[in-house]
Order: sequence, then C-alpha cells, then structure tokens
Amino acid sequence: MAGSTESARPPGRAKRGPAMEVFFRLKKSPLAMFGLVVLLALVFVAIFADVIAPYSYSKQNLAHMFESSSKQFLLGTDEFGRDILSRLIYGARISLQVGFIAVSIALLAGGMLGAIAGYYGGWIDNAIMRVMDVLLSIPQTLLAIAIAAALGPGLFNLMIAVGVSDAPNYARIVRSSVLSIREMEFIEAAHAVGSSDLRIILKHIIPNSMAPIIVQATLGVAFAILNAAGLSFIGLGIQPPYPEWGAMLSGGRQYIRDYPHLTLYPGLSIMITILALNFLGDGLRDALDPKLKR
Amino acid sequence: MSGSAEANPYIIVEGLKKYFPTKAGMLHAVDGVSFSVMKGETLGLVGESGCGKSTLGRCLIRLLPSTSGSVLLLDEKSGEYTDVTKVGKSTMKALRKRVQIVFQDPYSCLNPRLSVWELIAEPLIVNGMYPDKNGMKARIRELMSIVGLAERLENSYPHELDGGRRQRIGIARSLALNPEFIVLDEPVSALDVCIQAQILNLLNDLQSEFHYTYVFISHNLSVVKHVSDRIAVMYLGKIVELCGYKELFAHPSHPYTQALLSAIPVAKLDARHDRIILEGDVPSPVEPPEVCRFMGRCHYANDACGGISPELEEFLPAHFVACHRAGNF
Amino acid sequence: MENSAHGGNDLLLDIQGLTIHYVTDSGTVHAVENLNLRVGRGETLGFVGETGAGKTTAALGIMRLIPSPPGVIKSGRIIFDGNDLLEKSEHEMRSIRGAKIAMIFQDPMTSLNPVMTVDKQIAEMIRLHRNVSDAESMRLAGDMLELVGIRRERMHDYPHQFSGGMKQRVVIAIALACDPGLLIADEPTTALDVTIQAQVLELMKKLKRTFDASMILITHDLGIVADICDKVAIMYAGRVVEYAGKRELFTNPVHPYTIGLFNSVPDLDEDVERLAVIPGLMPDPMDLPTGCAFHPRCAFALPECSKDSPDTVDVGDGHSVACAPRAAELAAGKGAGK
Repeated sequence: MAGSTESARPPGRAKRGPAMEVFFRLKKSPLAMFGLVVLLALVFVAIFADVIAPYSYSKQNLAHMFESSSKQFLLGTDEFGRDILSRLIYGARISLQVGFIAVSIALLAGGMLGAIAGYYGGWIDNAIMRVMDVLLSIPQTLLAIAIAAALGPGLFNLMIAVGVSDAPNYARIVRSSVLSIREMEFIEAAHAVGSSDLRIILKHIIPNSMAPIIVQATLGVAFAILNAAGLSFIGLGIQPPYPEWGAMLSGGRQYIRDYPHLTLYPGLSIMITILALNFLGDGLRDALDPKLKR
Repeated sequence: MSGSAEANPYIIVEGLKKYFPTKAGMLHAVDGVSFSVMKGETLGLVGESGCGKSTLGRCLIRLLPSTSGSVLLLDEKSGEYTDVTKVGKSTMKALRKRVQIVFQDPYSCLNPRLSVWELIAEPLIVNGMYPDKNGMKARIRELMSIVGLAERLENSYPHELDGGRRQRIGIARSLALNPEFIVLDEPVSALDVCIQAQILNLLNDLQSEFHYTYVFISHNLSVVKHVSDRIAVMYLGKIVELCGYKELFAHPSHPYTQALLSAIPVAKLDARHDRIILEGDVPSPVEPPEVCRFMGRCHYANDACGGISPELEEFLPAHFVACHRAGNF
Repeated sequence: MENSAHGGNDLLLDIQGLTIHYVTDSGTVHAVENLNLRVGRGETLGFVGETGAGKTTAALGIMRLIPSPPGVIKSGRIIFDGNDLLEKSEHEMRSIRGAKIAMIFQDPMTSLNPVMTVDKQIAEMIRLHRNVSDAESMRLAGDMLELVGIRRERMHDYPHQFSGGMKQRVVIAIALACDPGLLIADEPTTALDVTIQAQVLELMKKLKRTFDASMILITHDLGIVADICDKVAIMYAGRVVEYAGKRELFTNPVHPYTIGLFNSVPDLDEDVERLAVIPGLMPDPMDLPTGCAFHPRCAFALPECSKDSPDTVDVGDGHSVACAPRAAELAAGKGAGK
C-alpha cells in the first residue's frame, strides 16, 4: 500500500539530485576522473573484446614464440606464440568480471548480515558480528586460498573464494552505518508520521548508508582483482589457456630473465586497473562526504 | 485561558514517568509529571538541557514508550479519553494523525536524500491519505503555501535550503495529517533571531487558523513567554512551577524559576534587576535522592527541605509550585 | 565610556578596510568587505550579527588564522598596539597569538584536548610564551584555575570530568593565562544553559576588570551585549552597518537592520501577538545585491540604495552608520529614534 502512490512526483524541471551533485563534485578531482575514464575504457574493452582483439587468446603460433613488440604483435608474443595484447584484452574481461562479481557476492552476503545486525541489535548483532570477527582474524588471502582450495579451481569458485573472504569487511561497514543512521532525528521524524519499519529501512536507512559502502566497494573491486590474480598466480584460480592477468603473470615468471615482457604487460595492466579503481574510490569518498561540501 | 471549569481538558497527563536504564543505574528523565492542556491552548515547557523536557514531549505522542503514568487524549466527538501510553499498535497508527511533533534541528530531522516534495508527501503516503495523484498534489501545494514555501522549491533538497525554510518543511510535514495536537520541540532554537521571529509568527498564525493545541518546548524563556498561555518550568525530571505566563513572570515562586528568570539576558539597558547566580551545576538524574531536587543549589534551603520531595501544589489560584517553602522565604 | 574620543594612545586595535574573501570553485564568498573597526584599551566591543554575517571570519582575520586556501585577506590593515598584523611573519604571529591576543571559541567541548589534564593544558600555554620553569608553570596554572572558580584539587582532572560550564571556565583560564591585551570571545556562552551562561558572563566581567584586557565579544544575543559591552558593532553581509556606544545604540538605533534586529527579539515586558520581522533572508555572500546589501529587505529603501554602496557616516558621538537615507534624515535634524 505504501508504494502505490510513490510516483506522485510532479513533472517539474529536473533538479540536481544527490547523485548528480556527487558527480559534479567528483568531476573536480582530476585523479578520480582519470580513474573513471580508465575504468570505463577497460569495461568497453572487456565487453567488445571479440571485436577489438587482433587475435584469439588461445591461438598458438609456434613460429612466433617470445617475439617482442612488432607491427604484427603490438606487445609481442608469449611462450606459445600467442598475442599478448589479445590475451590482455580478453584478460580484462575475466579480471573485471571477477572483481565486480566477487565484490557483489561480498556486498550481498556481508551487507545483509551487517544490516540485520545493525538494525536488530542485541544478541543477533552479537552472534553475527562475533562470527565475522573470527573470519576477520584469519588473514584474508589465506582465507581465500583455503576456500579456493576446498572448492577447486575455476572462474566461478574463484569469485566465491574472493567474495566470501571479503564479506566480513562489508558486514562491519554496513552495520556501523546502519547504527549511526538509525539514531538520526529524521528516522524519529519518520516514525512520528507513522512510517512502517520496512519503509524506514528501505527509504531512509539504506539510501543514507550507501556512501561508505560505495567507496568500500570501489576499493574492494581493486582488492578482489588483486586477490584473484594472486590465487591464479599460485594455480588456484583460472586455468590455462584462459588469459587471466594473474595467470599470465604466473605463466611468464619462468622466462622473466630472458623475456621480461611476458610478465611486464600483465603486471602493468593489473597496476593501472588497481590504481584507477583506487583513485576513483578516493575521489568518491571525498565527493560523498557531506562534511567536505563547499 | 487557563483551566476554565466548564470544558474538559484536551490532554490530561498523570504521574508520567520515563526512566532509562544506564550502567550507573536508572536515569530518571521524567519523574512523575502531571498537568493538563486545554484545546487550543499553548503550554510552554521550559528548563535547561537534561531536565527531561524533550523526553516528556516524546512520551506525550508516544515516540518513546513511558515507564508509567498516563497521557489521556480527548476524542472531541465522543467525549471520551484514550490513553496514548497504552493503546495497541493499530490504534496508535490512527492516533498518529492527531498528534504530531516539530523537531529542534531542521538540519538533521529531514532525510537529505528526499526532495521537498517527497518529504511533505511522506506522511500522506504512509497513511494512505490521498489515493489519487491529483488530490495529493493539491494537498502538497496547499501545505507548502500554508507554511510559506514557494512552489518552485518543491524539487529542492534540504541541503540547498536555509534553516528557516527547512523548519517550514518540518512544520508542513507535521501539519499534513491535520493533527489536533502538536509538540514543538525547540522549533526555533537553531535559527537566527530574524528567522526565529518569522517562524514564531507562522506558528502563531497556524494556531489561530486551525485551533491547534501546542506544547512548546524551549530553553529560551523570552520565546516561551511570547508563545505560551501557561508555562511549566522543569528541573531534573519534575515540574517545579506551573501557571499562566503573566503570573510566572510577575510572581515567580519557586527559587529555581526565580534564578532562571533573572539569568535571561535582556536586550535592554538597565534592565538588570538583581541577578541570582546559581552555584554549581545540575546534579545527575541517575538515581536521584527522593528529596527536593533543587535543594543543593537553592539559596533558601533549610532543614524543612530535607524530607520527601515536594509535590506540585496550588500555591495561589491556578499557580502551582513544588517547594516546601514557597512564599515563605 | 571616558575614552570614546579614541585619541592616539588609548586605541588598542584599529582595523582599516579589511576585506576577506573565500575563493571557491563555485564563486567568491565575500565574507568580510571593507571592515573598519576600533577597539580602545580596556574596552569591550560587542560584535553582533546573524549566522554568515562574517563575524567569525573577521575575528579569525585578526588572529591571522583564516584557513588558506580558500581564504584570502584581500586588503586592509589591522593595527594592533601600533603594528600592522598583516605585515607580520607567521613566526612573529605565533608569539602574538595567545600571548597578546587570545581567543575563546564557541564550543568548550571541542576546544580542549581530551587526553591532557587541564592544568597541563594551561601550563603549556604559559611555557609557550613565558620563560618559566615547569614547576612554576604548573603553580601558575593552579592559580589560573582558582581565578576562574575551579578548586585547586581538580587541576589534575581531564576535560571530560568537567561539565560544559566548567570546561568553558578552563578555556577562559587558558586564554587569560598569558595576560593578553585583547581577548576575542566567539559566542562563548551559546553552547551553555542560561543559568550557566549567567555564571560565565559574570566571571568574564570580573576577569576583564582584573586583567584590564580589551575584549571583542562575538554574539547574536543583544541581551548579552546589553549586559557586558561598552561599544557595539552590528554586522550585516560582511560589513559593519552600525557602530556606536552601547547606550547610544540601544536608545537610538539608526540603521534599519539594527532596528529590525531589536524588533525580532520577543520582549519580556510587553505582550504582542506578532513579532515585527525583517522580511526575506540574508543574501548569499557569493551573490550580494548591488549597492547596499540590505536594500532588498529594507523598509526605508530608496531607488539609489540599489546603486551605490553606502559610505559609513558619523552621526555624532562616535556613532557611525552605513545607510545614506537614514544618515541624511538625521543630518536634516528630524530623525530622532525609530
């Protein structure tokens, strides 16, 4: 019954909503904009990998092993004569997928637990948060390795391993922001006009607790990509011939003395992506902080 | 104005208590408060921070559950009283339309992510008041014009507006459901004097037009005097003096009221009557001893004050004081 | 007061044409515009205005504590004790702050260091500016606490062990520890309850006499001004619109804004149904109206008010006002009172 007349908003001129406001403030930070542009470019490359990549990621060409940059192979070839550029382009698809999906898993699982803990408090809060504390006391990479080892290698298992090991962080952040929003006067004001609990959670608490979560998630994608690369590097993640960046790094390490470009380019790709995400995350943190307004 | 015999009071508060458990013991925020308010009357509630006036205001409309006591609300059609502190959830939801609150801080009482339109629409939506869009639109426009918000602001967000306009939104929200009784919890304390005057005038106009019953909570005595018909002075969870506003300023009878009145800075030359400077601070409301709460700071305290806590008694006609030595200093 | 004429030596602070802007991406905030102000020795100046009028910015300007960026002191001179503070180096300013000019901020809760006992906080101030031993500075700190009415036994307590009013006393003790010539108090009692406010104001009056310091008291409360100030400056949109001795200002306010401000305060002695209000809002300091900044809200505004920024005119007895029509009216000898 609450939602039926929600769209009663008048057809006035579009004013700057909070989201636009954030974008305008984000635009003022060149580093954040750099991050955003790089990220959008990567997403574009990942989506259109089939069109952009000059070669297939798995096509071997033993006549062109270990070639360095040339007109034919812009970034050279690897130990099987595969085009490194094409593999990086397809790798972007996998890395971004892993990053975003793993964070979504972490956000969903952790966020839900955190919201429940924060809203209901008491023993529910205690039970959930103590379990989270236990998980947080295990080094996160170790936890991911353990989960990945238990589940076995593969793209999907990799996402689960990275996501689950990251979930406790989100549980904590969501809980603390729900706790602080719950005490705000406008929640009391909503109670005063007769709003139901559900409406208060959906309409007032969640939208106002998004800011720190968005920031953490942006930085979290970077972390997840790095973590996935690490797992692939030790053989627990993506299996050959799929061109995950970490796996490429791992594959090239035996030739690092003679053919450093095998490891250099995937390493650079990871670095630039992480940097872009971190710049964007920092920029968002500043743009979303109401205290820094004006 | 005060307590005419023929009419029934609109609200009767009896022995209302609100305790909060703390680590150090029970915090007696409101400790046995009784008073009544007539329909269309404004009762001012003054006291310093921590005296329990805001907690009392919230208990009156059950934003907080009371520990004990009752708040009886008159249904004018049937002439019967409902105890706000004891009704069930569904009755309370219906009562919400009759009792409303305006909050102190216009910066934190509005959800920053909702536009002016959405903020004013919220009470209407959650109570299913206007199922048809046009009816709701007309009502929101009407409310905006009642509180003096220009129509062009309807898509603005709170952070784009000044404190006065935000407080107008808060007032529009509380008026949306056509309430009969409004608790005004320090509605002008966060505003500059010029804006404060504008809002006080607005509240005054609204009352004359719609016959609202107000409980006006404030620490500012000049503001309370300006708006109130009767004034209750609170100290540490109890009402220490209750009477008509003129009477209170002409014959303050509780030592605390006297000190409070003399401490008001008056914007006039040579207005300084003998100022009573109270020593020390307000004692802790956690597990207070059952003696006069003001004893420790009182200039007049003597052996007579050591006994039980004084009750609010009619010291002069329609002038209630809770002091063992009232009129006898 | 006796030194209203402001001859050379009894002038402690002389601000001339001070202009402070905040330059931001979305525009320039004209926080303080061409401010002229004088404070005599031993005098208390009330600095009155609404939120955003530029009171605090002006005070921080005197201390040279404007956050920069975005703040810029565009022009003007701040002559303190014969020297222009705007020509001092940051190093020189550091030895002036606290020792010669001290500031009390609005919120006593946040202006004390929560992990340091109060006596150490006072002693630190003393050691910073005076060449005394540690033991001596602690003894002086105890003296200061007694002076502001806090028992010596409590000198080793932490700020959270004191109530709001007591904390503000500690802040005052720190400010006065080095016997400054000028004390700037920015809304020192706004965060306190009335009975506590009365205690603190009483204390400040007493200490001002003891230390013979000048004081700038920033406030929005005309009642506090009536209580403890000698001179009053009314600020509106970054300018001083009226300046006079307290008695003169309260009996004979001239500027329409000053009159409106007086009428906005509910009177304790009179009963009125509605308060007289100044219509409209303070202008956006990023987008001030042309001419007199007050003219859009002014009941006396003439067409020329929107064109020229009014000069500050002396209307006698050290009473100056920045309103051309009212000043002219007074000069013509017909404008007595409201």
